[in-house]
Amino acid sequence: MNQAMTLANSFNWIVRHRVGAVLFCLILFPLLMPYEALAINILIFGLYAVGFNLLFGYTGMLSFGHAAFLGVGSYLCGIAIVSGGWPWWAAIVAGVAAASLVGLVIGYLAIRTRGIYFSMVTLALGQIVYYVFYKAESWTGGENGLRGIRVEAINLLGWQLDFLNPITKYYLILVFVAAALWFVSRVLNSPFGAVIEAIRENEQRTAACGFDVARAKLLVFVLSAAVCGLAGALRALHLSIVPIDSLHYLQSGQAVMMCLLGGMGTFFGPFVGAALFLYLEDVSTAVTTHWMALVGVVFMVFVLFFPKGVWGSVLHWLARKAATEKP
Amino acid sequence: MGEITPSLLMLQLMTGIGLGAVYALLALGLSLIFGMLNVVNFAHGAFFMVGAFMGVYFLALTGNFWFSLVLTPLAVGAIGLLAERFLVRPLYGRGIDYPLLLTFGLSYVMVEAIRIIFGIEGVSTSTPAELRGAVNLGFGHFPLYRLFLIGATAVVVLGLWLFIEKTRYGLIIRAGSRDPEIVRVLGIDIARVWLLVFGIGTAIAGLSGVLAAPTRAVNPEMGISVLAESFVVTVVGGMGSLPGAVVAGLLVGIVYSMTSLFMPELAELSIFVLMAVVLLIRPQGLFGKAGQMG
Repeated sequence: MNQAMTLANSFNWIVRHRVGAVLFCLILFPLLMPYEALAINILIFGLYAVGFNLLFGYTGMLSFGHAAFLGVGSYLCGIAIVSGGWPWWAAIVAGVAAASLVGLVIGYLAIRTRGIYFSMVTLALGQIVYYVFYKAESWTGGENGLRGIRVEAINLLGWQLDFLNPITKYYLILVFVAAALWFVSRVLNSPFGAVIEAIRENEQRTAACGFDVARAKLLVFVLSAAVCGLAGALRALHLSIVPIDSLHYLQSGQAVMMCLLGGMGTFFGPFVGAALFLYLEDVSTAVTTHWMALVGVVFMVFVLFFPKGVWGSVLHWLARKAATEKP
Repeated sequence: MGEITPSLLMLQLMTGIGLGAVYALLALGLSLIFGMLNVVNFAHGAFFMVGAFMGVYFLALTGNFWFSLVLTPLAVGAIGLLAERFLVRPLYGRGIDYPLLLTFGLSYVMVEAIRIIFGIEGVSTSTPAELRGAVNLGFGHFPLYRLFLIGATAVVVLGLWLFIEKTRYGLIIRAGSRDPEIVRVLGIDIARVWLLVFGIGTAIAGLSGVLAAPTRAVNPEMGISVLAESFVVTVVGGMGSLPGAVVAGLLVGIVYSMTSLFMPELAELSIFVLMAVVLLIRPQGLFGKAGQMG
């Protein structure tokens, strides 16, 4: 066997074991970062972008309202702990459930529209959630955000874990991220996963093949909302506060940016995008307060010249190389 | 809350129309660009904001409100021309999401550029001297400036209508939005028409910015919520429909001001709820054609 075959084989091997490959990178990841808080942020926002990618990258629906799910996940997880005194794991469940429910309602309205309208409508519906939480001050803290989500130690079957230790926190959150990634990978590998990709490629033909397009869209919308809700719940535990901005459509825009920078429709791309975005933010805020200009320019350059994103371009290059080197 | 009298209602209605005039202008520009280029300009709010800042700047520079009213749309439209020529044009034919994403990135750059030039605090504005005071409308005193706002919008809408319906250029624009291929075959440089339309659309956004500046806080973030609101108007009115933009703009303005009279805490929410209701009953919008949402 020549070397080229090995490349093609190893490439296929990684694609088949994508969850394991991603986890391998994420387990080693904190060692590469300047400080752990950044690594945790990238982990959480990577998951957020993965949830968004399910809808945008795989189904081809560009939502500008995903902050609603991140934010609702955060807020409900936080409220369950602050007002309800719930244990942390129940609070996470509450956050995910609430985000899925909001996803169901917004999805039901939004899938009546397509293409550009879908983007505009999700943006506007997401803003409803923003204003509701903004006004419900007694529950959410309004403009100041929700404060005082205290989770210091986590009791795992008698095993005490220090949640204030950033490394422990990182790996604990990684457990949830891993479960979500496994779930997303299963969804994508299922017949349902094939249907949503078919919708992206040609919606009319998918419907003509006898698939219930509206139902599939709504289901993937809710799944996407649930994953983003989990990211939100984890973020609430990580930050101990929920800023009101996490519901704003600019936050939705961050998911869009991360997804595109990394590579939409790829499994690992959202993490690459989240890492790139947050690392860029981290480095440039040290130099200037106007870092958003830099982010905007980088994003425009990607839209114009590298629409596949960093990871998508790498995959494209690898796949072409593997294909041409095959005998 | 004080007693609600008929004259108070009428005044609030007028306030709503004044607010709606700005929404109508914003949605007009958005719809014009969309109807022709199939591009949703996510930087529309940013163009509005730049218009407000430039309006204030030109007013301070020339000391004449009317100059700034003419200069600002031209300057903002020029930025729009550059954006179309160098940023949006390479993306035609590459899927409808790309221009949207690009203009979203552009809005970040525009907001930061204004922050760098004018500072993050925003600038203070005042009503131009010749338009201060109030007019007695029979049911109460209404600020002259807001009356002027309504009148100016009416003039722009009328002018745009005449331009699109009655001139040769308007004919080309209408034909181009229906079938760009045929227009190209007829020997018309459609790329130049698109450029012009993007310029006009952004110039109208700039004009609405300069008109709205005296009535609200002028800061770099002012375009952010305006973008969401103008999307509501476009969805309610029906995308790409110019009469829809005007009617829905006024409707949204009136709904907003009436809710802020009766239930002030729900004012921001009301217009989004209006949109959700319209989506449920008539997904294509009040003036949109069925099936156009796809």
